Amino acid sequence: MFEATPLNQRNDTRQKLFRFGLGTMTGLLILPVVLILGTLIYKGAPVISFEFLFTGPTKGMTAGGIFPALLGTILLVLVALIASVPLGIAAAIYLSEYAADNWFTRTINLAIINLAGVPSIVHALFGVGAFVIFFRFGTSILAASLTLAIMTLPVVIVATRESLQAVPMAFREACWNMGATRWQTIRRVVLPNAITGILTGVILEVSRTAGETAPIMFTGAAFFLPLLPQSVFDQTMALSLHLFVVSTQVPGMPENLPFGVALVLISMVLLMNSLSIALRMYLRGKKKW
Amino acid sequence: MENNTSAKVSAGIDPGFDQLNRDWYIDKAVQVLVFIGGISAIVFIIGIFVFISKEGYGFLVGEFNFKEFFFSPNWRPTSESKETFGILALIAGTASVTGLAMLVAIPFSLGTAIFIAEFSSGKTREFLKITVELLAAIPSVVWGFIGLAIMNPIIIQTFNVPVGLNVLNAGIILGLMAAPIMTSIAEDALKAVPDRYREAAEAMGATRWQVIYKVVLPAAKNGLLGAVLLGVGRGFGETMAVLMATGHSINIPTSVFDSVRALTATIAAELGETAAGSPHYQALFTIGIFLFVITFIINLVADLVVRGVRKG
Repeated sequence: MFEATPLNQRNDTRQKLFRFGLGTMTGLLILPVVLILGTLIYKGAPVISFEFLFTGPTKGMTAGGIFPALLGTILLVLVALIASVPLGIAAAIYLSEYAADNWFTRTINLAIINLAGVPSIVHALFGVGAFVIFFRFGTSILAASLTLAIMTLPVVIVATRESLQAVPMAFREACWNMGATRWQTIRRVVLPNAITGILTGVILEVSRTAGETAPIMFTGAAFFLPLLPQSVFDQTMALSLHLFVVSTQVPGMPENLPFGVALVLISMVLLMNSLSIALRMYLRGKKKW
Repeated sequence: MENNTSAKVSAGIDPGFDQLNRDWYIDKAVQVLVFIGGISAIVFIIGIFVFISKEGYGFLVGEFNFKEFFFSPNWRPTSESKETFGILALIAGTASVTGLAMLVAIPFSLGTAIFIAEFSSGKTREFLKITVELLAAIPSVVWGFIGLAIMNPIIIQTFNVPVGLNVLNAGIILGLMAAPIMTSIAEDALKAVPDRYREAAEAMGATRWQVIYKVVLPAAKNGLLGAVLLGVGRGFGETMAVLMATGHSINIPTSVFDSVRALTATIAAELGETAAGSPHYQALFTIGIFLFVITFIINLVADLVVRGVRKG
């Protein structure tokens, strides 16, 4: 009945060709990264052991473990979260629940985009100028964490705003009709319905914060410290900076040790991201409205 | 407290003026608090500019010489005889690495975005999207390490050159780094094109590729441009990866096998060794101001371009 004309055939071939070409490009984008991760695991896995994770570096960092750096990263992330999560959620509530669509809100959105787009080393300079020098925190966990908090604030704001906006308007209207104030509505209806979405944003922020290096280099992270930090006004080691140090600054480094550090760091980050993605998919499956 | 009110209201008891009053005040207080949160992003952006300007100010009014700063390739901040602060070679380093990175990232990210948005569905699509998202999460210091420990020997062997830390290495690393982010923004832009456009074209007998080429790509043009611009901004501001993979030597590159040094990397490498308040220290902050202004402009343009698509 329908004979394929030469034009049809040509279009069909072309179509297949493009599809194949694009698929190849996708593969070429993903394949090198898979190979690289494979190499990291291949060379890094033999280094990782209980001792590697829970003891400090020895012999000028050419042996021993990464415990102080691991602990330091956890401390930096925690303090950064304490600062940025409440602020980020407040900002998202304002943008989603209160802000009108006008030039002022657009300015805030532009500021958020820029905060995410400013180079990390500029955030570091800001941290030095503001927290280390002006507020006199010195190079400390506090200064480094606040720098990280400001840098990753957009992650929390954007994720929280999205999950707040996903709560249907009818939920709020029903609540207002019962005579509830705006805040009562937000606290009792909007936030409980958005909490999982907010959590995915917070986990993403943990992952971002843990991997950042430049912002903490001059604000609170040290190359090597013999003691663990005692308060937020002490310096600390950090996993990301430790990777930089062991791979560039230490002569006579055994070849596999930096691979081990890189593997621990990347596992931490990818685990957090996977958790966030899994939570998001679970949430999408459960959504009732 | 609110519990109390609602319980009384539902029981038909007047909650009383005091209680309503208190709820009203709490509501106002919260409104002020979240407003403070809302403007915090603006405060921080202004704060960043103010504080880096404050530290760099001394250099700008003192040693700063516009012609030398932007047109001299000599960055010798610690020279005994005559300190020179020229960032031309650093700009060339950043530009060459970012340029090569975009050469790698633009075709691959746009191709991948089209493949994910238009040619794949169901499980494949989900898998590809998650993979791209995870790739975007790899920290820059890990990319730098990959450049140093994996790419470096590969480049030395393949091209038979003495040093593998150069424009080529950093460009590829930066390209692989920027591509996932550009892919997801580009894919969003493609997805924002309404399905009825595609259906209309398909009803006219267009093949899938014709639909993409003649209908979807023109409609998503601005969003795709926005994705490219954000990729450029990302490459421009990247610090750790270029610090570790470029070879970090001051050079105006003549080939991809030359080692270079980037603006960001210079700050990262030198700030720790300078005394606060010295001309060198202030000059590094001045580079910071320059970086801030450039990325601000790139982000602003990207935002305007993307917004243009939403209005149109």
